[in-house]
Amino acid sequence: MAQPFRLSRGGRIDRSRPIVFEFNGKPIHGYQGDTVASALIANGIHHVGRSFKYHRPRGILSHGPDEPSALLSVDRGPGRVDPNNRASVVEARSGLRTHSQNHWPSLEYDIGAVNDLLSPVFVAGFYYKTFMWPRKFWDKVYEPFIRAAAGLGKAPTQADPDRYANRHAHCDVLIVGAGPAGLAAALAAAKTGKRVILADEGPEPGGSLLHDPNAEIDGRPAASWLEETLADLDGRENVILLSRTTAFGYYNHNHVALAERVTDHLPTASGQAPRERLWQVRAGEVVLAGGAHERPLVFADNDRPGILLAESVRVFLNRYGVAPGRTLVFATSGASAYTAALEAKQAGLAVTIVDLRLEADCGPEVARLRQAGCEVLTGHTVVGSKGRKRVTGLIVAPVGSDGRCGGRRVLPCDAVGMSGGWTPAVHLFSQSRGKLRYDDRLDAFVPNISAQSERSAGASKGTYDLADCLAEGFAAGAAAAGSDERRTFSATPTLTGFQPVRVMPTDDDPKKVRAFIDFQNDVTAKDIKLAVREGFQSIEHVKRYTTTGMATDQGKTSNMNALGIVAGQLDKPLPAVGTTTFRPPYTPVTFGALVGPARHALFDPIRTTPIHGWAQSHGATFENVALWRRAWYFPKPGEDLHAAVARECKAVREHVGIFDASTLGKIEVVGPDAAEFMNRMYVNPWAKLANGRCRYGLMLKEDGYILDDGVVARVSDTCFHVTTTTGGAARVLAHMEDYLQTEWPDLQVFLTSTTEQWAVIALQGPKARQVIEPLVEGIDLSPQAFPHMAMRTGTICGVPTRLFRVSFTGELGFEINVPTDHALAVWEAIFAAGQPHGITPYGTETMHVLRAEKGYIIVGQETDGTVTPDDVGLAGMIAKTKTDFVGKRSLARPDVIATTGRKQLIGLITEDPKTVLDEGAQIVADPNQPIPMRMLGHVTSSYWSPNCNRSIALALVADGRSLMGRTLHITTPDGFTRATVSEPVFFDTTGERVNA
Amino acid sequence: MLEVRYRTARALPLGRAEARPSGVAIRPADAEARFVLRVRSAEGEVAGLPLDRPINTVSGDDRRWIARLGPDEWLIGAPESEADLVANSVASDLGTRAHSLVDVSHRNVGIDVEGLRAAELLNAGCPLDLGETAFPAGRATRTLLGKAEIVLIRRAGPGARYRVECWRSFATYVHGFLKEAAFGIGEG
Amino acid sequence: MLLIACPHCGNRPETEFRCGGQAHIARPEAPSAQSDEAWAEYLFVRKNPRGVHAERWCHVHGCGRWFNALRDTVSDRFIEIYPMGAQPISELQSEARA
Repeated sequence: MAQPFRLSRGGRIDRSRPIVFEFNGKPIHGYQGDTVASALIANGIHHVGRSFKYHRPRGILSHGPDEPSALLSVDRGPGRVDPNNRASVVEARSGLRTHSQNHWPSLEYDIGAVNDLLSPVFVAGFYYKTFMWPRKFWDKVYEPFIRAAAGLGKAPTQADPDRYANRHAHCDVLIVGAGPAGLAAALAAAKTGKRVILADEGPEPGGSLLHDPNAEIDGRPAASWLEETLADLDGRENVILLSRTTAFGYYNHNHVALAERVTDHLPTASGQAPRERLWQVRAGEVVLAGGAHERPLVFADNDRPGILLAESVRVFLNRYGVAPGRTLVFATSGASAYTAALEAKQAGLAVTIVDLRLEADCGPEVARLRQAGCEVLTGHTVVGSKGRKRVTGLIVAPVGSDGRCGGRRVLPCDAVGMSGGWTPAVHLFSQSRGKLRYDDRLDAFVPNISAQSERSAGASKGTYDLADCLAEGFAAGAAAAGSDERRTFSATPTLTGFQPVRVMPTDDDPKKVRAFIDFQNDVTAKDIKLAVREGFQSIEHVKRYTTTGMATDQGKTSNMNALGIVAGQLDKPLPAVGTTTFRPPYTPVTFGALVGPARHALFDPIRTTPIHGWAQSHGATFENVALWRRAWYFPKPGEDLHAAVARECKAVREHVGIFDASTLGKIEVVGPDAAEFMNRMYVNPWAKLANGRCRYGLMLKEDGYILDDGVVARVSDTCFHVTTTTGGAARVLAHMEDYLQTEWPDLQVFLTSTTEQWAVIALQGPKARQVIEPLVEGIDLSPQAFPHMAMRTGTICGVPTRLFRVSFTGELGFEINVPTDHALAVWEAIFAAGQPHGITPYGTETMHVLRAEKGYIIVGQETDGTVTPDDVGLAGMIAKTKTDFVGKRSLARPDVIATTGRKQLIGLITEDPKTVLDEGAQIVADPNQPIPMRMLGHVTSSYWSPNCNRSIALALVADGRSLMGRTLHITTPDGFTRATVSEPVFFDTTGERVNA
Repeated sequence: MLEVRYRTARALPLGRAEARPSGVAIRPADAEARFVLRVRSAEGEVAGLPLDRPINTVSGDDRRWIARLGPDEWLIGAPESEADLVANSVASDLGTRAHSLVDVSHRNVGIDVEGLRAAELLNAGCPLDLGETAFPAGRATRTLLGKAEIVLIRRAGPGARYRVECWRSFATYVHGFLKEAAFGIGEG
Repeated sequence: MLLIACPHCGNRPETEFRCGGQAHIARPEAPSAQSDEAWAEYLFVRKNPRGVHAERWCHVHGCGRWFNALRDTVSDRFIEIYPMGAQPISELQSEARA
């Protein structure tokens, strides 16, 4: 229960609600309101991980989302394990199990720490320089080594049992960050009645006010002001206040993505809410008030556990009631650390301040600290630290304006607060494509020119004084809501201003000093200098070569220091070096939040027909066709695909088969100009097609290549029932609409998709007529009255039908269109009626084999977007008399009318009738020619044909029609096989059976 | 063909409605008649339903309604028993005006979503602004819900009563999406 | 995700639309009279400007109507929305240089 570093009072934790969680198997006690980091520090634990490259002991640097080092694996139960959580943002709660990462066998004794001794080897660009040769080492040695070494933490191995939600939201004003500026902005915007969303990444809105116990706003404590402000906002219906919600991506047209963490902080989940919710907010105006990040100081061994950012020391003291140590040294080059130091002193801790600035450059803060009884060493640099798994002392030395160091002195301590100044969090502004400007006075890039309807306020704009932040936030919120209201706030002045420093002056050999810039990727100042010496000048190149800023924190604490060093090495002004690109996400986002509900059954719509359930209960195996799930074949007990398809194929040719063709696309083309429109869209002639007759339609793109095909029936003078391929339904309708609206708006034609209005039951085989005869009313089914390629309306089983006499099998056949909700009843009636005739349900595989036996093409199988009607032997479909249709001009293109070289559809008869070729297999004339061989074409369809009792194949082969009877050679997994070129039809070559 | 009396009851993909006690109710609608009407000029009325209302609005009542989805496109809904009546009325009302009236009763599936937080629930997958100003009662439009296309209708009158219409084969997905969305608006 | 002002439906998210590429490429009145070169130009040659681009858009998951738009490909700002068959009022000059 002892929390030796917990202060006896203070903080926003709830001391009446103790909690306990695990760190590396040991219980850690804390209070409701702690983060994992604050609870660990309360228990005196700073060493929480090993660094990525050198396996150096690392501690907690920060209190917030910029934390680079304290990355833990958090285990919330089976399947709920996430690596790389920042201890500074994970809310502590009972039941959590946390683990440090990147060490073996343990955090305390880590074999990998040998890398630290070898550090002269691991210089910038180590991988590029090392893993170059010999080439054969790549697969067997280098890649396994790199893979083993790469990555922090372990990916979870179980499926995530949590659920995630998505929400689209709209508002007039979105405010990112609920610190002083954001809250003031929300107050101003909310008053106008506009819809406001205020989002803050922390569990509690308030930002810096949550750790500023001495500040006053408008004459009352900041905490009271915060409470009143939140109550005001809470009471307004037009305001949505989101905590634990990170705005991580700023996209086009004020589309901002926010990740809300809904349940992770709850000790017991009710099971009634998602773990996280992705908010996709479309905002009229955005106010960015995301604050600023403090910069570490760059000195030798600045990465020891116990060395924190100065403001973070303040946060741990004031917000969590935790002392990072008992004897503190603050190292700084600016004023803000003095506030932290004073508050530490007031909390009863021993405090020394080391300030790089000369006494004359400092403000009244120095005197105030001395008054409080602290030693303040101005004009001093830090040249190193003592300790290993915990800092034990800071080595300091006086330094003159010439940079020369004087005699060293060790300041014993158990914690250090360092401050190298501040960097405004311009991430979202930059993501919005706003242009930054370098501000000399602030030594920082600040928002300059907006690209979207957005404005920044407060520290994210480089405004650090509390009163200024409030006024600026208020003005921004008002302006965003269309109001010109302004107001001033009175507030305790904030200590601001710092002297920019890239690397702390030192008298050590710079080649031996390891002063860390990027704590997570273990990049030191000398790595960056080496990169520049080796010729890298662009900051984007330096970043990739050294990996600085490329870790999961994306360099929030390190980028400005890295930039400054590059600028210094190149002797260029800092703005001339520029910044790297800020990309989403601002902080890591779970895959779950991005995926949202789109998992399992909701991953993609699975489209099924009304016959689906029947097919399932009759043992069908299914295949995916576009989003549809279609019955593939209907195996009987003991049958495999081959046996089932053989039986189904025979049944159709000898008796009758029933097939669900409901997925076929259907379009009702209606209007006085319907026939003219059809004439323009299809290669075929339509004007003279009689009502009640069908035609096989072939549709081209303007480039002359086949787009789609399908049977079209003329229902009336002004109405066509068009069918398309299953996969082409949406494409064909869009293609037609495009021409209708944009090229021929004068045509009076209307298109309506009826794909799902009509279910289609295909009944194919010599006994098809006998089966439906007793069920059909109002249609004379005799061959004379109802020939092949005709359509009649009537009823079947009392259900209205458009009955097509068509065939995709080469047999006598009907396609029975009925309103979808009645299809199952009709199907079952037909199936019952067909029992005496041996009716057999068949699937898509049998459909494919039967049509291939007849040489009927399938668009997308025999065609691939470069195939013309003539290529597949369908030139005869083209209307001779039409002056124009889509694609006609392209059929006269020189490459299309070329007399040689076009790939043409042919049949292939393998020498061994049992050999079934691979679809996609390449075809050559001479297998003994030198490599690379000249490919003549490829196999497009290939099956075992039960009705021909041999294999059959269709292929596209250059000048194929001139090669009839020739032997060609086709690739197989075991070499070439031989086949003879034939006409692309293998069964009932005269085509008499359809007319039965 | 519309005069034919059906011998089979319509087998709806989501079954028949079941009552939900509280919160947002998600109820598959019963079998209904629906027609897509296309005509160039938005003048007059058909089957007692006005054509000349603004695009993206719905007119009529819960029983018989007309949603104008585009400059020349309407979706008409009616009780199944009135299907023939509506079709015949539309044809006679339009007379010689070139038009297309296509029966899509079986293509479309309706799901009613009602309750205080219905808009929030729909926004799980619908990217539109469903606020009172942007999408008040009487609005209707084609849009998206997750990966499915839907027609979203907000019924006239007080409260938040929406009709989601999708194509039949998407109904399982849309219904499942809405049910998951009901979970997704939970607050833990 | 872009926000696109459909002329019939108002501001709608990009996911409801399909972009139809460069606008103002009219199908020739008599394609058969076109030379091979002219026809190839019509079929295949498109602009890819860094700046203002005239594009066709279809509100496919909305009113289903096609329209034209001027969009700056640098800033992604829509400068003008206008009907099929019409010409834009604005000039095709880039407003932003990134």
